[in-house]
Amino acid sequence: MNSEITVNVCLGTGGIAAGSEMVMEEFRKEFETAGVKNAKFGDRCKIHKVGCRGFCARDVLVDVSVGDKTWTYQYIQPEMVKRIVKDHVLGRQPITEWLVGDDYHTFHDNQKKVILGDLGKIDPESIEEYVAVAGYTAARKALTQMTPAEIIETMKKSGLRGRGGAGFPTGLKWSFCAANESDDRYIICNADEGDPGAFMDRSVVEGNPHAVLEGMIIGAYAIGATHGYVYIRAEYPLAVNRLNMALEQAKEKGFLGKKLFGTSFDFDIKVKLGAGAFVCGEETALIASIEGERGMPRAKPPFPANKGLWGKPTIINNVETLANIPAIINRGAEWFASIGSEKSKGTKVIALTGKIRNTGLIEIPMGTPLKDIIFNIGGGIEGDKLFKAVQTGGPSGGCIPQQHIDLPVDYEGLKSVGSMMGSGGMVVLDETDCMVNISKFFLEFTQAESCGKCVPCRIGTKRLLEILTRITEGNGRKGDIELLQELAEDVRDSSLCGLGMSAPNPVLSTLKYFRHEYEAHINQKKCPAKVCNKLLTFFIREDMCVGCGMCAKACSVAAITGEKKKPHHIDSSLCIKCGSCFDACKFSAVLKE
Amino acid sequence: MIHLTIDDKSIEVPAGTTVLEAARQLDIDIPTLCYDSRLKPYGACRLCIVEIAGFPKPVTSCTTPAADNMVVRTNSALLHRLRKTTIELLLSDHPNDCMVCVRSGDCTLQELAYLYDVRENRFSGGMRDHNRPDANPFIQRDQNKCVMCGLCVRVCEEVQGVGAIGYSNRGFEAKVCPPFEKDLNCEFCGQCVSVCPTGALSGKMWAGQPRQEGVKLTDSTCTYCGCGCNITLHSHGDRLIRVSSKKTSHNRGWLCVKGRFGYDFVNRGDRLTTPLIRREKGGALEPASWDEAVQFVVTRMAGIKEKHGPDALAGLASARCTNEENYLFQKFFRSVIGTNNIDHCARY
Amino acid sequence: MAGLAAKFGSGAMTNSVAEIAENDALLVIGSNTTENHPIIGLRMKEAVAKGARLIVADPRRIPLVKFATLWLRQKPGTDAVLLNAIMHVILEEGLEDRDFITRRTEAFEEFEASLAPFTAEFGAEATGVPAEDIRKAARIFGSAVNAGIYYAMGITQHSMGTNNVHAVGNLAMLTGNVGKRAAGVNPLRGQNNVQGACDMGCLPNVYPGYQSVAIPGMQQKFEAAWGGTLSGKPGLPATEMTGAMLAGSLKGMYVFGENPALSDPNTSHSLKAFKNLEFLVVQDIFLTETAELADVVLPGSSFAEKNGTFTSSERRIQRVRQAIASPGEARNDLAIIDQIYRSFAAGSVAEYRLPDAAAVFEEAASLWPEIAGVNYQRLDKDSICWPCPAPDHPGTPFLFKAMFSREGGRALFTAVPQVLSDELPDEQYPFVLTTGRELFHYHTGTMTRRSAGLNAVAPEAFVEINPVDADGLGVHSGESLRVTSRRGMIDLKARVSGIVPPQVVFIPFHYREAAANLLTNDAMDPVCRIMEAKVCAVRIEKNMS
Repeated sequence: MNSEITVNVCLGTGGIAAGSEMVMEEFRKEFETAGVKNAKFGDRCKIHKVGCRGFCARDVLVDVSVGDKTWTYQYIQPEMVKRIVKDHVLGRQPITEWLVGDDYHTFHDNQKKVILGDLGKIDPESIEEYVAVAGYTAARKALTQMTPAEIIETMKKSGLRGRGGAGFPTGLKWSFCAANESDDRYIICNADEGDPGAFMDRSVVEGNPHAVLEGMIIGAYAIGATHGYVYIRAEYPLAVNRLNMALEQAKEKGFLGKKLFGTSFDFDIKVKLGAGAFVCGEETALIASIEGERGMPRAKPPFPANKGLWGKPTIINNVETLANIPAIINRGAEWFASIGSEKSKGTKVIALTGKIRNTGLIEIPMGTPLKDIIFNIGGGIEGDKLFKAVQTGGPSGGCIPQQHIDLPVDYEGLKSVGSMMGSGGMVVLDETDCMVNISKFFLEFTQAESCGKCVPCRIGTKRLLEILTRITEGNGRKGDIELLQELAEDVRDSSLCGLGMSAPNPVLSTLKYFRHEYEAHINQKKCPAKVCNKLLTFFIREDMCVGCGMCAKACSVAAITGEKKKPHHIDSSLCIKCGSCFDACKFSAVLKE
Repeated sequence: MIHLTIDDKSIEVPAGTTVLEAARQLDIDIPTLCYDSRLKPYGACRLCIVEIAGFPKPVTSCTTPAADNMVVRTNSALLHRLRKTTIELLLSDHPNDCMVCVRSGDCTLQELAYLYDVRENRFSGGMRDHNRPDANPFIQRDQNKCVMCGLCVRVCEEVQGVGAIGYSNRGFEAKVCPPFEKDLNCEFCGQCVSVCPTGALSGKMWAGQPRQEGVKLTDSTCTYCGCGCNITLHSHGDRLIRVSSKKTSHNRGWLCVKGRFGYDFVNRGDRLTTPLIRREKGGALEPASWDEAVQFVVTRMAGIKEKHGPDALAGLASARCTNEENYLFQKFFRSVIGTNNIDHCARY
Repeated sequence: MAGLAAKFGSGAMTNSVAEIAENDALLVIGSNTTENHPIIGLRMKEAVAKGARLIVADPRRIPLVKFATLWLRQKPGTDAVLLNAIMHVILEEGLEDRDFITRRTEAFEEFEASLAPFTAEFGAEATGVPAEDIRKAARIFGSAVNAGIYYAMGITQHSMGTNNVHAVGNLAMLTGNVGKRAAGVNPLRGQNNVQGACDMGCLPNVYPGYQSVAIPGMQQKFEAAWGGTLSGKPGLPATEMTGAMLAGSLKGMYVFGENPALSDPNTSHSLKAFKNLEFLVVQDIFLTETAELADVVLPGSSFAEKNGTFTSSERRIQRVRQAIASPGEARNDLAIIDQIYRSFAAGSVAEYRLPDAAAVFEEAASLWPEIAGVNYQRLDKDSICWPCPAPDHPGTPFLFKAMFSREGGRALFTAVPQVLSDELPDEQYPFVLTTGRELFHYHTGTMTRRSAGLNAVAPEAFVEINPVDADGLGVHSGESLRVTSRRGMIDLKARVSGIVPPQVVFIPFHYREAAANLLTNDAMDPVCRIMEAKVCAVRIEKNMS
């Protein structure tokens, strides 16, 4: 990194999807052909793969550093590489029209990066680079200078709470586990990130796997575990790959295995692949899965901290929680506690998506107002539409309306308005989103992912979905709102695990804040956001129609007629409201109401 | 010991006792579908929920250990509402065919529906259609009636140690089935049938047999091996129609395939129904009256004793027959015939 | 049972079934428990689930092996040597219970000396079990606090069956595992009321309650109770009756509820014997193979058609109750015996009546002090394990708590030499045949083969043969094999399976159409007069017919 010329290419999953591997290969080739390496800079030039820096929408992102100055390019494709090498690397003339704009800097400058700081800077496949940024110094310090009790005390003082969703104080959890009499204990890293649209944990494991391992080592020492597991879904091949690489490297360096850092402490980590069941993110189901059983939650108590994997005291911490630990050890509990709000300390990584200009992975201090996230970091609503709501906490979270836009984003704040932190998903919705449809969307997910063990979740979520479906299809009945409300509450109050308890949240929060939309669907058979096709009438504006016939072609029930080059017409008695004509029309002549 | 209060009654229980067990000791009725005192708690049916002072929401009493000074409520408007919703949800996905169900009158779900007065169903909607034929001769599976209580899976694993069944699919489509949905490949002990709370599992041999009317229950002892399991014979007229076993028995209600399903020999058409006599050597066995048969036995045996002495006669008693019969049999040989030539097949 | 009686003073399971779950080590030898005593098998699985260590010693990979900590696959007929070698190691490593040996046993020194040659290596050579496994077994069993031994016909049905039982008893005594809770020497009884039939005196040498016909005074006691003159001469054991029938000294037999023509080893021999009888009465519920040979067949009642009691393996006396009436003219068994009893005494047909089973039990209880406290009023509330000498006695889950029933109250160590099976494989008959039961059938199949379901899942006889041997013969599962011994020959289907070791085949004896006992050896144990159903030599050929 002290090279005169460094090219950073994002090789996170987002970058790779955008073609970063080819971009990188192109740089290699260009460096060869242009003779950069041999002729000009020798060893002082470097093409460097880095992890995700969060702004995946702009991928492929490429940093070109010359000396100590860095330029960042966005939307880079392989064919653009030649010019970058020629003009910028060799010619020292940055290509200004390809560089990121102010919004890129706004996006980053409003964040506080504890977890994501090294992502996008270091090569995740190199333990040396992690060590170079003070990697494993926290583990060394913990094992050689601190007692387990001191570590637990530090965690308690720092105020760190579980980032997997529930927000349970980490230090307290560790102390419960450590207090058990047992011949063996386990620490498990929960990397079974299952929320649709969430990629916080994946990015961290892909971009800085050693930070997670280091957190596990410290945790294992604190609770007295000699074995650890990383439970990660098989759908994350890159993360699994980098994790395995990191484990190998750490073992070689003696950071894992026997007598770590010259102490008498032994600790080893195994990777266990999950098969992609959402419920396996629930800790008792996760334990069952590691044990080779079907991933179904078990009743608590006993809590895993007392009786977990193979019946032994077990700590399960989320990826992000663990990644915080080295920093806390190195910089102190007071430093960590100084970040964030009163009861929620530190930062939170959030996957910001939806109808927002800047989508991506961000990290903010706990307590940052929603408004700042959406309008500063996120750059506001796309297409200048009106903000309607933000859905937080993944499929189990709730929808927060405009009136709470000043809400501080922390555990308590989100809970107070009927949503939750969850693992940190944030989906921004605008005026074109139908809230009934949104809650149906999330219920489709949760009812399909229910393990089927307990009655309220297995059948209750199915029935919730059925009611929502009939409402969006114009078959809503009088009393459905009350029925939804009651059933949602009952499922919430009597389900076995967090999945069932929180699955009704989207329904409950939209009923609370957007009841009028439900009423419109049921009573007036209208979808105010014009999303629910079955409730709409499709027609063609004669003045806009050019008679191209595309709509008629797209119509599967032959409801559209019209002569070529003359305005067409939809027979509403035949129309099944599938919306194909609307999508097919290139002249915005098909309207729905 | 732990002191707690349940519905204003106080009780003392040993550490490790669950709230449900403590409540049952007080004869407080808490509904359950997935609980069986012989198996590990499971917490799936959510019917045994109770409210505990200081707990933010209802918890299942089957999985919650009693703790000192706990104050428990087993009934409240909220609990009643939640339980009723759960029962209603179960019934919304349950064939409404109690009239022709083999388990009618012996079905926990049916009883709960009655007790909670679930008539119309607010949640009627899509229903499962899981059934497929199964070639085994003993166990009838009707998976559309399964409430996923997991008792069958757990008894097969925890008690029988076989693990012939497990779960597949997720959510509403989740079901209990053998690996890869093949036919049952098991020991057919029927433990699963005995714990099933609904008509999802029943004995194939029970089909078409009377359920309650005219059915007599008789407690007895199994006639097969030396385990001596307690059984209850279900009979109708002169037919044995079912064998079950009580949880309270020393065998805890568990039986094997022979004890549970191997009873139909009793009503076989080839039972001996009349004495037979071979009136001349080399001749055929022919029906005879009891008087003739008894006379024949007495005359011939007396003749041998007369001619060759008592030790020319011998009796083989039975390791399958009762103590009383064996006692009388050996007494007959010893005191009336006058020989100790008496043995049984214990050696085999 | 003679073996245990000689050691302890009485022969029955010393401990109750429920205690099995409290064992911390179990040795199961010669018992395919989960198939033949399934509910006792559940208790073993429960013990394992609770952390007990299970040693299974069996030539076959029986289902219980899946739950075992250690499986010893001894060669058929080498059980005593295996046990001796285990005991040798126990002594070698000082795992014996000296205190128990001193306080509660006798003849230890001679016994200890007799074990000297049985080193683990010697044992390994003789049994085929690796020496290290013999040592492991000794450590598991010897270091346990509560260790129980469970065995069945795999121990007893040998020409050296009594020796085997002695070896089992010696092991329990050596480690102090008898006379206490959750331990003991536990023969698992094969049939529902073997225990009761023995208890009730259906043995040639004892009256009810194991009161010997040869002890002076006993005869008088029973004469006083029963009237008539009793014989003081012990009678013929069943296994010797065959010989007496063939010799012509035994002329008339009354067989009640048994099917010896199919269950006896060397069936063709026993069929011949039954045919040689002058007069045969069979009382049964079906026309069994034995009944077909009878001069009179008396139709009796099934268990569901009568009142009475059964005594289970754990000495538990339990009620049998009538649920249904017998079909046709079939009659209550107790009433049939009663009528013949009275008719014989009177010399003419006595009037038929139904005796009160409770009164018959009371009479038996009045003659045997160990069950003096048992009556139907108590049994109607709960079953009772004997001894139960008084009406307020709760019954006895485990025996010999304070003392053994032998004279002097001590248990007797008995040296057990190495004895080979009567018939060993040779060039002409190179395979060892061992027999037993399968889960779905019971005994000669009189009941189970008439059960539609059971017969559907286990419809036909088979011979289990190791894949190595099957390859040698070029035979696949389902193909017909001919199995021949010196005594007979049967054809049946091959079941190629690693359950049996090479050179050993297994045939269940339930099937009359391929009766295993046509092949088995009727060589007898010299003490117990039990036949060697578990080991004989056979030849196996692919069946071309």
